[in-house]
Amino acid sequence: MASTVTMTVNGKSVTGAVEARTLLVHFLRETLGLTGTHVGCDTSQCGACVVHVDGKSVKSCTILAVQCAGADVMTIEGLAKDGTLHPMQEAFRDNHGLQCGFCTPGMVMSAVDLAKHNPAPSEQEVREWLEGNLCRCTGYHNIVKSVIAGAKAMQG
Amino acid sequence: MYNFEYHKPTSVADAAALLAKADDAKLMAGGMTLLPTLKQRLAQPSDVIDLGGIAGLAGIRKEGNALVVGAMTTHAAVAHSAEVKATIPALAHLAGMIGDPQVRHRGTIGGSIANNDPAADYPGALVALGATVTTNKRTIAADQFFTGLFETALDAGEIVQSVSFPVPEKAAYTKFRNPASRYAIVGSFVAKGPSGVRVAITGAGPTVFRWKEAEAALAGSFTPAAVEKLTAPSSGLNSDIHASAEYRAHLVGVMTKRAVAAAG
Repeated sequence: MASTVTMTVNGKSVTGAVEARTLLVHFLRETLGLTGTHVGCDTSQCGACVVHVDGKSVKSCTILAVQCAGADVMTIEGLAKDGTLHPMQEAFRDNHGLQCGFCTPGMVMSAVDLAKHNPAPSEQEVREWLEGNLCRCTGYHNIVKSVIAGAKAMQG
Repeated sequence: MYNFEYHKPTSVADAAALLAKADDAKLMAGGMTLLPTLKQRLAQPSDVIDLGGIAGLAGIRKEGNALVVGAMTTHAAVAHSAEVKATIPALAHLAGMIGDPQVRHRGTIGGSIANNDPAADYPGALVALGATVTTNKRTIAADQFFTGLFETALDAGEIVQSVSFPVPEKAAYTKFRNPASRYAIVGSFVAKGPSGVRVAITGAGPTVFRWKEAEAALAGSFTPAAVEKLTAPSSGLNSDIHASAEYRAHLVGVMTKRAVAAAG
């Protein structure tokens, strides 16, 4: 049965029709057209779908859109401001923290969450934090470098 | 995922009323097990009752010599809580080893214990620490709560509200993780506290169990050496592609020895 849901996405209030079973990731991609959030495994393993809900990183393939009614959601599209990349995005570019780029939106969103409460993470802390984000290209080395550099840059 | 009616009650009483009225309702806490189950069409509930709108079900507080954790408290909240780290650091450590950061932001203690996955971490903590589960109907001792594979003592209309952990003198949790899922292939929670020395094993059998032989040995001497020579029986333990029953039995000993060492 369809109902409508209203939430804040990237600072703007949005309303859309959803079914009870509609996942947040599908609401973002199909209803709002925000296709930066990817569906990788669709089984809450890979982290390509990571977004922030009320300031915390979550896997948007494992939360219902209706659960997010009234919530503040941030996707990868919400990071850059006025055409300037977010420091974490810039760090991924500078350090070549990607190859195919499919996992990158989730990696960046996860990394931004880490940096918010751990401004200077060690390599070990970054690797542990990225447990829920899989990359099948890079071997993670440059991703870890990017996250460390991005966290530093976020402190200004 | 099959469709369902979604409800987000604001009180436990309303949630219980919805549960009683619906044909085949499921309660949803963090949804970290329920949603993947629904996505695979392994369940088709008529109604999903989201407990996320009930104020007061999440939170951590000290009550006398016990730490009380609300059912909707997330693993991340337990892992980062200054109160938990100060009183039962082993519990914070356990919560910080569940899944990955994103799962820990959603998954809850109430959901974990009500689901009673054989490889879940929390059942070990509840049994080893001699915890008490408070529901909307009664209190249940941890020893009576976990009854079998994905089975608990909870009645159909019963909702977990909080878990009370007596603060132990010392405790530690060690697990051998499945490298992909992070679930426990074997986890051992050892505690020395108000209810004596307890060793609770998760992941190894159909549900959490106490390793009484190790408890007796540790009651005499709470040292890794006391359990060094013990061998857990492999009969009745899980055997799957990840580990045979014999290997799990071996890990029970190794994890317990390491947990005792970590507890100090």
